[in-house]
Amino acid sequence: MTVIVSDTGFAPEDFNAPITPLAEAESATTALDLAVDTNPAELGDRLGGVTMIRVDFPSSADGRGFSIARQLRLMGYGGRLRARGHVIADQYAMARRSGFDEVEISEALAKRQPEEQWIFRANWQAHDYQARLRG
Amino acid sequence: MYYYNDFDASFVAERNRQFRAQVERRIDGSLTEDEFKPLRLMNGLYLQLHAYMLRVAIPYGSLDPAKLRQLAYLAERFDKGYGHFTTRTNIQYNWPQLRDVPEMLDALAEVEMHAIQTSGNTIRNVTSDHFAGAAADEIEDPRPVAELIRQWSTDHPEFQFLPRKFKIAVIASDTDRAVMKSHDVGLRIVERDGVRGFEVWIGGGMGRTPMVAKRLRDFLPRADLLPYLEAILATYNRIGRRDNKYKARIKITVHENGLDEIRAQVEDEFPRRRAVFGGEDQALLAEITAAFAAPAFKNTDPAPYFAARDADPVFRAWSDTNVTAHRTPGYGIVTISLKAHGATPGDASGDQMRLVADLGETYGHGDIRATHAQNLVLPHVPLADIPAVHAALKTLGLATGNIGLASDIIACPGMDYCALATARSIPVAQGIATRLEELKIEHEVGHLQIKISGCINACGHHHVGHIGILGLDRAGVENYQITLGGDASETTAIGSRTGPGFAYDEIVPAVERLIFAYLDLREGEEETFLEVYNRVGMAPFKSALYDAEARAYAAE
Ligand code: SF4
Repeated sequence: MTVIVSDTGFAPEDFNAPITPLAEAESATTALDLAVDTNPAELGDRLGGVTMIRVDFPSSADGRGFSIARQLRLMGYGGRLRARGHVIADQYAMARRSGFDEVEISEALAKRQPEEQWIFRANWQAHDYQARLRG
Repeated sequence: MYYYNDFDASFVAERNRQFRAQVERRIDGSLTEDEFKPLRLMNGLYLQLHAYMLRVAIPYGSLDPAKLRQLAYLAERFDKGYGHFTTRTNIQYNWPQLRDVPEMLDALAEVEMHAIQTSGNTIRNVTSDHFAGAAADEIEDPRPVAELIRQWSTDHPEFQFLPRKFKIAVIASDTDRAVMKSHDVGLRIVERDGVRGFEVWIGGGMGRTPMVAKRLRDFLPRADLLPYLEAILATYNRIGRRDNKYKARIKITVHENGLDEIRAQVEDEFPRRRAVFGGEDQALLAEITAAFAAPAFKNTDPAPYFAARDADPVFRAWSDTNVTAHRTPGYGIVTISLKAHGATPGDASGDQMRLVADLGETYGHGDIRATHAQNLVLPHVPLADIPAVHAALKTLGLATGNIGLASDIIACPGMDYCALATARSIPVAQGIATRLEELKIEHEVGHLQIKISGCINACGHHHVGHIGILGLDRAGVENYQITLGGDASETTAIGSRTGPGFAYDEIVPAVERLIFAYLDLREGEEETFLEVYNRVGMAPFKSALYDAEARAYAAE
């Protein structure tokens, strides 16, 4: 079981369709799993029908996923965007600001970092230098 | 001088609130040390040899009296009465307790300072020219751009977990006083056809693989700066190596992929980044620039300065080295040496900091700088007041007249504090400076930069020292390698190794032999150590280092 974290706190998984690794995806695939070493620029023409993208975070020290999210959004991707793996509560604001909608964590991590530690950063829209720098 | 607006102030307060909670969660165990580590590093807190170390940012080296007084307070309240100014214009406190750190951060916030992003794999404190706003040769004050980058890079959500740390420097003159080409990204403000923009340099760095930065762009329009930096950082975040910490800096990414390939990827990313910048950043830059308006310079008679030079040979010698021409007639730039012979380079006591704060307030339009060479600067002092400044500095051992001379040594903390060190560096600097003082030759020797690092990470900038010293560990024994010909100026160069290293008790005599060899080789007083080295090459210095040693052994 995994836990889905959003601004309102913890919730169970509600996306029940299969999510396909990019390498196995077909043109009809609408939910994609991206490895952390994916170059989003190479996805340019495949984003059309996609409604869910999940980006892997193998380690909380590996920040590639944040740039992947940002790049997908800048390329015009408007579907659901999820970070999955070793993301910690203190990175929640970064994930949201980079363009993720939610974070998927393991039950073990959810136990060690309970809901209130994530809600502590649900104010991610406040105190954001980036929001002041661009229109 | 830039002062926090409400946004900055509440940002820092909120960040301190978060860190306070993180410290509590570390103490109660809900954060593991592995998870806490990147978080404390994002807030400048290291675990060193003996204790935690808090590294506080001095953005682009700019201070005012209130800030410096607060740094003095922290030194006395939470440390052993000292602070250590670093080569990245930060100040380090070597003895704080973990539970005190949130309180230290709150005290810093009172004077609009913080320790955010002074460590960790993120964009670090932005550095600049310590004579910014005072230098005669700059085309504009580079600090507003540095401040814009500070705001943009602070808490940037994409770039807190990069492959490795990332350092940016900004200058605005032909003369490079900020070692710009040793940064991951170096920016030089230039003018083309009457329009200001940036030269962009990439991939410079020290460490175990020193590299001089390469030019990525000849001219970047001013308004493109932040999206272009984002394109560079996003490219680096994606393709920078994460498998080997020693190959993770962008200098290696550039080296392995080639400058042209990096440029192609950056330029490909750039348009999407540029599209979402609608001009707010430029409006903010205009506000910041207004905040950095030059002080109201007074029209004063410089006669007392020249009279003091004529009357007092000590003042004259000090002002020869420590006073630099100011852009405004009647003013001088005063560099305060934190390199008294035999002292720890870059250390200042609480009392010394308070004195400098007072002098800045009384004589210097409230402007104070920290330099990458680990000294302090009063950038705007009327010449007429400089004798009084000198007299006051003498009372606390701050009137050493050695700026740019051989005892103005850059040295990292080394084995005395640093967990990564392989050798001591502070005592070597002290030994060299003490010996120079005994010989009384450094004024005759003239401009000579000696830089010492206690390990291959090269925080002491030894690669770009005219004489560079690197302390290594050879089977449990300290061994010091010498490099010659490094250059930290606009003609940046990496020094070359002379040959086998020297033992701890041999390194000071070795440096002495190099200095005497230089005096023999130079064609006149005007020819500097570096110029001689560039003219005659390594051979005569090598022979002074090793043949003399051989002779000494033979004589035993
Ligand atoms: S050069 Fe090495 S010893 Fe010196 S401060 Fe840096 S990491 Fe520590």
